[in-house]
Amino acid sequence: MAAVQTRSERALNRVAIAAVLVITLLFLAPIYWITSTAFKPRNLATTIPPTVIFEPEISPFVKLFTKRSQLRTAPEPEDYAAAPWWERLVFDGGEKVVRSGRGEVQLSGYPNRFMNSLIVAITSTVLAVGMGTFTAYGFSRFKMKGEADLLFFILSTRMLPPVVVAIPMFLMYRAVGLNDTHWGLIILYTAFNLSFSVWLMKGFIDEIPKEYEEAALVDGYTRLEAFFKIVLPEAATGIAATAVFCFITAWNEYAFALIMTNRRAQTAPPFIPSQVGSGLPDWTVIAAGTFLFLLPVAIFTFLLRNHLLRGMSFGAIRK
Amino acid sequence: MATVVMTSLDSKSRAASRGLSDIKIRNLFIIPTILFLIVFNIFPLIYSLGYSFTDFRASTNAPATFVGLQNYRELLNDPFIWANFAITAKYVIVSVTGQVVVGFGTAMLLNREIPYKGLITTLLLLPMMLSMAVVGLFWKLLYDPSFGIINYALGLGSFEWLANPDMALYAVAITDIWMWSPFVMLLSLAGLSAVPRHLYEAAAIDRAGPFYTFFRITLPLVAPILMIAIIFRTMEAFKTFDLAYILTSQPTTEVISIRLYKMAFQEWQTGRSCALAYIVLIMVLAITNIYVKYLNRVKER
Repeated sequence: MAAVQTRSERALNRVAIAAVLVITLLFLAPIYWITSTAFKPRNLATTIPPTVIFEPEISPFVKLFTKRSQLRTAPEPEDYAAAPWWERLVFDGGEKVVRSGRGEVQLSGYPNRFMNSLIVAITSTVLAVGMGTFTAYGFSRFKMKGEADLLFFILSTRMLPPVVVAIPMFLMYRAVGLNDTHWGLIILYTAFNLSFSVWLMKGFIDEIPKEYEEAALVDGYTRLEAFFKIVLPEAATGIAATAVFCFITAWNEYAFALIMTNRRAQTAPPFIPSQVGSGLPDWTVIAAGTFLFLLPVAIFTFLLRNHLLRGMSFGAIRK
Repeated sequence: MATVVMTSLDSKSRAASRGLSDIKIRNLFIIPTILFLIVFNIFPLIYSLGYSFTDFRASTNAPATFVGLQNYRELLNDPFIWANFAITAKYVIVSVTGQVVVGFGTAMLLNREIPYKGLITTLLLLPMMLSMAVVGLFWKLLYDPSFGIINYALGLGSFEWLANPDMALYAVAITDIWMWSPFVMLLSLAGLSAVPRHLYEAAAIDRAGPFYTFFRITLPLVAPILMIAIIFRTMEAFKTFDLAYILTSQPTTEVISIRLYKMAFQEWQTGRSCALAYIVLIMVLAITNIYVKYLNRVKER
């Protein structure tokens, strides 16, 4: 009886393992597909049956970063194949890079949007985590009246649909000239991430024993010294985890960026989709832009895997 | 013991006399954040409350005239707005149900001795860390009727996913399910691993069948955490904008956020859109309240 049970148990386990593998592969397939498309020559991006084996190219990335114009006469396929690789990059499938008067290759809009994303995401992360850490310490260590209400108020600011807040913010920004500026987005993303940063950091600081600071106070430190020299170093991993979370949120944000920016301060999320247009889009270039944009998030996800669950659930689950 | 407490109290007051007092530090640490959030979250809402009673259009220089409750009255009597809410509700139900089924199912499978469980869980985190707008964009490529890999893999020929008004909302929901099932899975997995082993052993001794064990032991104990996942995802799905907006422009996928965006920034009916924003806001606050109630209940456990 027992042996039969274990045998069926084992068979069941094998089915479960197979099912998990299939599910994982299905979930990763879209990401694999966009990544592989980013390295394909243009003519292989939209073939049926889909091309799985191909020689990877970097030309989609070169096209992504440079301005190109269509040539009136496309080069003959033989000439094209015989050309050295650097000429193929400049002169690809009937397209040619645009050069300025001094012969410099002109950059496309992408590098600029990518930089905007970096500037906005990094600055707002520093601000949100900085303010969040101080506030979390205040809530964690000192009692006050209405603490739960204040914490709920802080959390509630994140529950608002972005479009709802965006309408009055747009009007206010227009009145003070913050539309289409880096600071405009930075302030919005800081406000958006601050609530999250306070809640997450409070969880981390709550776990640092109060006795550490009390010992420091006995040794003659002031409260502020104890905070900077004892609590902050102890909270370092929590700060790093919170920072990556805030960065990813700001990095991925779309609605505010779409509404509040149009050229100067536009970030990548509204820019990449706007390049699809209505004609026949070059999917390899769009995939290249997408791939580069996803890369930091993928790296952070891997580095931060152990903190992610807690962050996603606002500390609702205590392991 | 008592002396330790005494010294610590004593030193605290001495430290306080040297540096800033604790109350001053607390205020210094908390007040700027509260002020910042009020200025950038509450003040805009009050500002737009004012506009919601006017016929203001941000695209013209005409001054706002007060129209009282007219915007609200018109919106609440507008069948098209209710259609947008109905689409939103349908979208929420389809996508959250899908996420719970796929996510909880995967968690049940993973809650065994699976090799490389940690690696698999990490890999499954990736979709939900990505930008919804960019995800929408690359699913557009996957859904393409003539060269999309989905039609090829399923042998559907040139089936229209996004151009077909009946299918488009489901296509958006499928993408959302792909993105967020891992979230439900992670929370379920945490819940499942917290179920005490001895309950299953006791059930095995009583020769309880798998159905009995699932419905009487597993489900009731995982339910609170599953509930958090459901409420969280419901709120997020209710706010959906980017995914639906990027993937398709069908009238059948015009969820309330898209309607609001168009009203405010394409038709420039600023006053009216502020009123609609308030109606949406009240609904979100209602859902939020349920969420926080459950969050507290589970935390108290």
